[in-house]
Amino acid sequence: MAQPADLLYSKEHEWVKVEGDVATIGITDYAQNSLGDIVYVELPKVGAHVAQMGTVGVVESVKAVSDLFTPIGGEVTEVNGELENDPALVNREPFAGGWMFKLRLSDASQTSGLLSAADYEQLTQE
Amino acid sequence: MTTQETAAKRTALYEEHVRLGARLIPFGGFDMPVQYSSILKEHEAVRHNAGLFDLSHMGQFILEGDGVAAWADELTINAVGTMKPMQARYNIFTAENGGALDDVIFYKLENRWLLVVNASNAEKMWAHLNANLKDGVKLTSLHGKNALIAIQGPKSVQVLAPHTDVDVNALKYYFCAEGTVYGKPAVIARTGYTGEDGFELFVDGADAAEIWNALLRDNADAGLIPAGLGARDVLRLEAGMPLYGHELNEEITPVQAGLQWAIKFNKPSFAGKDALQTQAQNDEYARIAGIVMDGRAPAREGYHVFLGDRKVGEIRSGSIAPSVQNKNIATALLEKDAAAPGTSVVVHIRGTAYGATVVPLPFYKRS
Repeated sequence: MAQPADLLYSKEHEWVKVEGDVATIGITDYAQNSLGDIVYVELPKVGAHVAQMGTVGVVESVKAVSDLFTPIGGEVTEVNGELENDPALVNREPFAGGWMFKLRLSDASQTSGLLSAADYEQLTQE
Repeated sequence: MTTQETAAKRTALYEEHVRLGARLIPFGGFDMPVQYSSILKEHEAVRHNAGLFDLSHMGQFILEGDGVAAWADELTINAVGTMKPMQARYNIFTAENGGALDDVIFYKLENRWLLVVNASNAEKMWAHLNANLKDGVKLTSLHGKNALIAIQGPKSVQVLAPHTDVDVNALKYYFCAEGTVYGKPAVIARTGYTGEDGFELFVDGADAAEIWNALLRDNADAGLIPAGLGARDVLRLEAGMPLYGHELNEEITPVQAGLQWAIKFNKPSFAGKDALQTQAQNDEYARIAGIVMDGRAPAREGYHVFLGDRKVGEIRSGSIAPSVQNKNIATALLEKDAAAPGTSVVVHIRGTAYGATVVPLPFYKRS
């Protein structure tokens, strides 16, 4: 699956879609493929203030528990409730229906450290 | 790199795993496939069609001599001497304190016995058997030389029957036969570790790839796919089968693991008999119980289990269970008063308490 060009990426395999002062965050196709069948996603609470690179939840596959980081800081405004009943949505549609949470950016300059689709593609090839 | 790592060994099927795109992990000293496509897909294939497993990492020892049965009966909890020709039997080697050294299967073949031990215990068991060796018992290791291929699932007979000279349809559960598969010599046993019908094929390592590839090629229509250790662990947990190091170890005895059915206290003596008998009689031991989580958070090994405010045990294995209404199931070593089916307990996960219910094992039984 190609990396959508309109998203930004972290080295920890999250993607970020910035629209105004709101960012939508999920994990990449590469990440979901590495994890395997995802069976549980624990997301931050709406209203929580999360710091850049803080642990905000977990993503669990059949075999493993992985921390979910946020590549940028802010206040959580919405979480993807669909994932509670259908965590495999992250496997099927990592860049679309499998989004995880949205937050209001606390500092828009934090996005400057994120990678472009091309740079992220490069990272996953290494 | 400053650390020294022992290179993992490869089974006779390593090249096939790589070619099939398997994800390999070190397990029991070997690079083994944890999954090929998806653990859940492979699990489904085994429950509904058939899956093909490479279990060549498991230790295979040959025992020969007139003294084998009496010798083995002294070292294990189950009866070896009463086994019929071509019978297979689950057994456990125990220490004097009743702790389990390994859980194994004995296969009584013509003029010899095949003993299959866990990969993780193969070296320990080789040392234990040699340290206790007696006249009249000859011990040989085929570990890493012989291969073991398992066919598991409701279509196992259909998958294997056309390619062997053994009447596998007539072969009884926990019996075996010597014959050929695709013309290659094999011990074929109706045993397994998934809760489904199936066969385990003990073959020469040199023949393994040919048999493996032929089975996959000729059974694509039956839905046979390669399945890895990830699926195997979910399958065995649903079927309530212990995994050494989790439900059974040197500290968790066969009595605690709920394996009393395999202990033959009527044997005159065996390693750990007194300790196990005392433990079974006083009945005040922590024991392995089944747990079903009320919610969606999976229970994992090491999580603490509470009855009210009191910690009563720990999770030993846990997984999502596609064959148990997709619930999260687990085994836990629980104090006696928390282990009765129906008991409501609490599992602590990352600082949060989640409700769960104790249930009888197994979680899944094939219809």
